[in-house]
Amino acid sequence: MTTALFAVAAVVAVVSAVLVVTSRRIVHAALWLVVTLGAVAGCFGALHAEFVALVQILVYVGAIVVLVLFALMLTKAPTNPLPTLTTARSPFAAAVAGVLALLLGTGVVIAFGKEKIKPVPAGDAETVGTAIFKTWVLPFEVLSVLLLAALIGAIALSQRKSGES
Amino acid sequence: MLEFVVRVVGVLVAFLVAPLVVGQAEHKVMAHMQSRLGPMYAGGFHGWAQLVADGVKFVQKESVTPAAADKRVFEWAPYVAILPYLAALAAIPIAPGIVGADLDSGLFFVLAVMSIGVLGSLMAGWGSGNKYSLVGGLRVAAQLMSYELPFVLSAASVAVAAGSLSLTGIAEAWNPWWLLWQLPGLVVFFIAGLAELQRPPFDMPVADSEVIFGPYTEYTGLRFALFLLAEYTGIVVLSALTAVLFLGGWSGPGPDSLGWLWTLLKTALVALLVIWVRVSFPRLRADQLQKLAWQLLVPVALAQLALTGVGVVLF
Repeated sequence: MTTALFAVAAVVAVVSAVLVVTSRRIVHAALWLVVTLGAVAGCFGALHAEFVALVQILVYVGAIVVLVLFALMLTKAPTNPLPTLTTARSPFAAAVAGVLALLLGTGVVIAFGKEKIKPVPAGDAETVGTAIFKTWVLPFEVLSVLLLAALIGAIALSQRKSGES
Repeated sequence: MLEFVVRVVGVLVAFLVAPLVVGQAEHKVMAHMQSRLGPMYAGGFHGWAQLVADGVKFVQKESVTPAAADKRVFEWAPYVAILPYLAALAAIPIAPGIVGADLDSGLFFVLAVMSIGVLGSLMAGWGSGNKYSLVGGLRVAAQLMSYELPFVLSAASVAVAAGSLSLTGIAEAWNPWWLLWQLPGLVVFFIAGLAELQRPPFDMPVADSEVIFGPYTEYTGLRFALFLLAEYTGIVVLSALTAVLFLGGWSGPGPDSLGWLWTLLKTALVALLVIWVRVSFPRLRADQLQKLAWQLLVPVALAQLALTGVGVVLF
């Protein structure tokens, strides 16, 4: 049951991810991204990590995709199909993406190929919180500092006067 | 199996009835606050069937899809707007056990699906092929990005106070002191919730004098009715959530078996407040809207979260 649900969610995620990059209309691409991220949440849910799944929806679908759609509205993106959207470099990009997927895939299989993920309730808020704030607190804090630095950098860039270089 | 059917039917009935009750209350309450009578004829007694008549009218109308519209996006938008609220309604308990689906992370579930609902407005704004719709969609997105943060932060505050993410667990952990302790959170949650629903005074995305009806300008018939229904279901969800999280849900004088009555009463009171606010306040400008969110609501929500943290550790 778990495997079947996971497989369905994974197939939906992959198919919609392909549609994200092949879609002719840029808004459709953003909306297919919603489906992809939702399906990834479905993968988490199928593995009984319900808290992570809900946070995935809240953060990615609720905030990041809204941000993407907002940014699209500020561009000159027309609602009509864009025939020139795909550039001549796309076969090269596809090759790079394929190699990367292969590398990451083999990495995961070599590292965790023999481990079996038990569908125990290991994904509720308490377990996730304990894991992040007890076991992995140092990487978590390092990532926080990185994000904070990016945030301050963005503010500094947006505050720069047009006269300065 | 029988229990499952009862729960599904119960949620569906609540979904179909509660928004109409709120809508009818809005008609009448707003009318009387403005020294009018409101609907008086439909159904006979004080126009009780006005919204039923409206529904029948909407069903009969033609559903027009503009030639310039992005067809699929345009047609899907109303359903994306309304279905999340149905899912949210299913997770909100009225009394212990009286709930569509009691989830361990119920609070996060409701917040997550509510954040999907706004995609409907964005899709409508993008898909309509209309400049007013696009400007309206832009305003929706700008507003939501600002108000999502204080909304989630203030909800997180009660979750910390209760030590639980389950809506039932939060309501059980509630005691009357929370009315004081969590008051800033309550105010922030309510205001940010109003802004999420694009209710006046946060109705800049649908300001009729500026952008006609914002993202919903091109909609007619049943699809338009679905957007309206989504707005009123949103009010029900926000009111019920406020009642369960901040006002103690089913705790109140009287026997425990009447707890559901307290939840409904508190929900109705919050819904009345939503209507009252609409009648009382003028619409906020774009800059006032952002200022309110970032300079007032976010700091207050963060301070509330810190206060809650201190309170939980000390007591």
